[in-house]
Amino acid sequence: MRLVLKKNDGLLKKIKAISGEDIYACYQCGMCSAGCPMGQEMDLLPNQVIRLLQIGAERQVLHCRTVWLCASCFTCTARCPKGVNLARLMEGVRLFLLRTQKEDHFSPQQMVKEPLPPIALIGALRKFTT
Amino acid sequence: MRIGVFICHCGRNIAGVVDIKALVDRVSTLENVVYATNEMYLCSDPGQRKIQEVIKEFKLDRVVVAACSPKMHGATFARAIEEAGLNPYLIEIANIREQCSWVHQDLRKIATEKAFKLIKAAVAKVALAKPLEPVYVPLTRKVLIIGGGVAGIQAALDIANGGFEVYLVEKSPTIGGHMAQLDETFPTLDCSACILTPRMVEAARHPNIHLYTYAEVKQVEGVVGSYKVTIEQKPRYVDPEKCTGCGDCAEVCPVIVPNEFDQGLGGRKAIYIPFPQAVPAVYTIDLEHCLNTEKLIVCEQCYKACGPKAINYLMGPKEIEIEVGAIVLATGYDLWPIENLREYGGGEYPDVINGLEFERLLCSSGPTGGVVRRPSDGKIPKRVVFIQCAGSRDPKHGCAYCSKICCMYTAKHALLYKHAVPDGEAYVFFIDVRAAGKRYEEFVQRVMGTDGIKYLRGKVSKVFQRNDKLVVWGVDTLSGVAVEIEADMVVLALPIVPSQGTKELAQMLKAPTDEYGFLSEIHPKLRPVESSMMGIYLAGAVQAPKDIPDSVSQASAAASKVLSLFSNKQLALDPIKAEVDLEKCVGCGECAKVCPFGAITMKKRLDKKKRKYAEVNKALCQGCGCCMAACRKEAIQVEGFTLPQLRAQIYAILDAKPTKVEIKKKEGGNEDKTAIVKPR
Repeated sequence: MRLVLKKNDGLLKKIKAISGEDIYACYQCGMCSAGCPMGQEMDLLPNQVIRLLQIGAERQVLHCRTVWLCASCFTCTARCPKGVNLARLMEGVRLFLLRTQKEDHFSPQQMVKEPLPPIALIGALRKFTT
Repeated sequence: MRIGVFICHCGRNIAGVVDIKALVDRVSTLENVVYATNEMYLCSDPGQRKIQEVIKEFKLDRVVVAACSPKMHGATFARAIEEAGLNPYLIEIANIREQCSWVHQDLRKIATEKAFKLIKAAVAKVALAKPLEPVYVPLTRKVLIIGGGVAGIQAALDIANGGFEVYLVEKSPTIGGHMAQLDETFPTLDCSACILTPRMVEAARHPNIHLYTYAEVKQVEGVVGSYKVTIEQKPRYVDPEKCTGCGDCAEVCPVIVPNEFDQGLGGRKAIYIPFPQAVPAVYTIDLEHCLNTEKLIVCEQCYKACGPKAINYLMGPKEIEIEVGAIVLATGYDLWPIENLREYGGGEYPDVINGLEFERLLCSSGPTGGVVRRPSDGKIPKRVVFIQCAGSRDPKHGCAYCSKICCMYTAKHALLYKHAVPDGEAYVFFIDVRAAGKRYEEFVQRVMGTDGIKYLRGKVSKVFQRNDKLVVWGVDTLSGVAVEIEADMVVLALPIVPSQGTKELAQMLKAPTDEYGFLSEIHPKLRPVESSMMGIYLAGAVQAPKDIPDSVSQASAAASKVLSLFSNKQLALDPIKAEVDLEKCVGCGECAKVCPFGAITMKKRLDKKKRKYAEVNKALCQGCGCCMAACRKEAIQVEGFTLPQLRAQIYAILDAKPTKVEIKKKEGGNEDKTAIVKPR
């Protein structure tokens, strides 16, 4: 399928407002994807998420697994030569989805199958719920 | 007084913001202005001709041009009025483009008002202008070239062939620079030493070139035309006149230390010559590692072995003083320290090396005799990963610029590695391949098409050790796959940075640098080899990362600039210089204290009282005006920018009139001072 590109930067503006990150600072070196510990599980590599946002293919981004798989380990953020905070960007996409869809992807009952330290539980809840 | 004002539209640059017609109307009412007009492009030939015609027709004796910055076309208009018979200093430029229309794009009304005030100020200033004549100073037609790499050698040869004396100073024991360390050069794969060493020998033998190796420039005084330079010649402890370069001394020397020329990968003795074709072919004792200290001689092996008795342990440093008229800076580059890249194991794993180290491993005269061996265990690496932009284009590491030469030398490295190890694999990680040079793209395409060399588009995230392998975690963003490569060796293309000591040298010469420490040129496009400090020229990587062809071209360009400077027997300087009014000077000496160029000396008058007075050396004076600010008697003034002129300018802008007010002096007695009083 050929992707029809047209000007529609609504999503981009919102994600920028939420995360404070400028995606156009990225020059697609791929260092984030090279070091990502969750990269094997992702359908889009982190740099591809940014690339799709840069060219305005937001649909692909909103339906990808990557943003939910991001563990906010900050490896990418620490290594990015251009100082883009990818963890915050991923969080921005997640928050956008949660705020617009107004539904929880997981309930706490689903998550707590085995005992978790409280701080991890809170962190996980913050990530996956509105 | 008959002043003509010419206002330039500069296309829409000025006219798009400033209301030119209203401006002409208002300007023509100013005092002393007998003619005011506007023109589409004053700097054009018809524009300049118009100025010349008006000067003659209206018998103008002063001109104001309201246009772009005087840095842009000040000289153009001065020349134009000179051709029309006016002194070229009876002109004033009102900068209504950079300082008005460009910065007030959305404020038309205010911009027009500001443009008027700038012109009014220029009219007031030019009314007090005096005709000036250029100052002629003696010119020492000899040049100092600092740095004996390929750029320094090229500039030296070009100037020496032009018939002028050259002093070539190099801090290491041999000339040749980094180019001498290279194996083969892209894109032609010429042997680097084979093309460079004949040039090195030519420079050393040239009758017009005085070569000082193992020497450093210690002090530079003076300005263009007459610099006094002190060179410190470090002691070699070997008499260059007697040494035949036979090498008997090194054979018997018991001390082995890493050889800097081989990037520390190979060894040398404490008495050494960096490489066999070094120029001059004179041995040097590295006293830091020699067993002999200055006072105690415990080992005499080399002394005994030396047939011509060239060794002298008691040799001391020597200072040489020379006088030159111009200086070419060709101090080249260093590689950014590899230790800065901890994520790639820089400085931690011995098999993570930089490009110059790999170059030495490839070189048949290198430490491994041209067999690529990894530093840790001497094994031949079967899988090598090359990482481009390892630190360059990385603002977070403080190096936002592209180092320019890495794409090409990495491609060359990969190819030469395949030539040396035909069954080996080479992987190149790149972000972009920048191959914008003659035959460069073709070369890169050839490398990419070579079996066994794989180009992966992406940056490596980290390198870590697993058993005796280096594991590289990278990505190929084109296929969207994160990759892992178990490599035997990793070669980093590190950023090119200004060589050590460049900063201090630039400070000594008062030559400006950019934020990375590279020397700044006066104009990036039109004057790329001149520093804004007149008389200082730039050649090679001292100005920005450059490959060999670019360095050589720039060196020849710098040489041509020096030759055109030396085509005159005297140096004509702008007469914007400090001038002392002997009537007013009381000889307090404040001006001499503040002068940053040491241009003012205090002299005694010949009268009975023998009072002191200030005297300005016009060759040294740069017209900065520090003395003018320091003088309490207004006795020293910079021509073309005198206090009355500057005051008139300020009064015009403020719509104020000078009023005399009396200020009581502490010692008693009154002194007349002027102050600005705003009209009601």
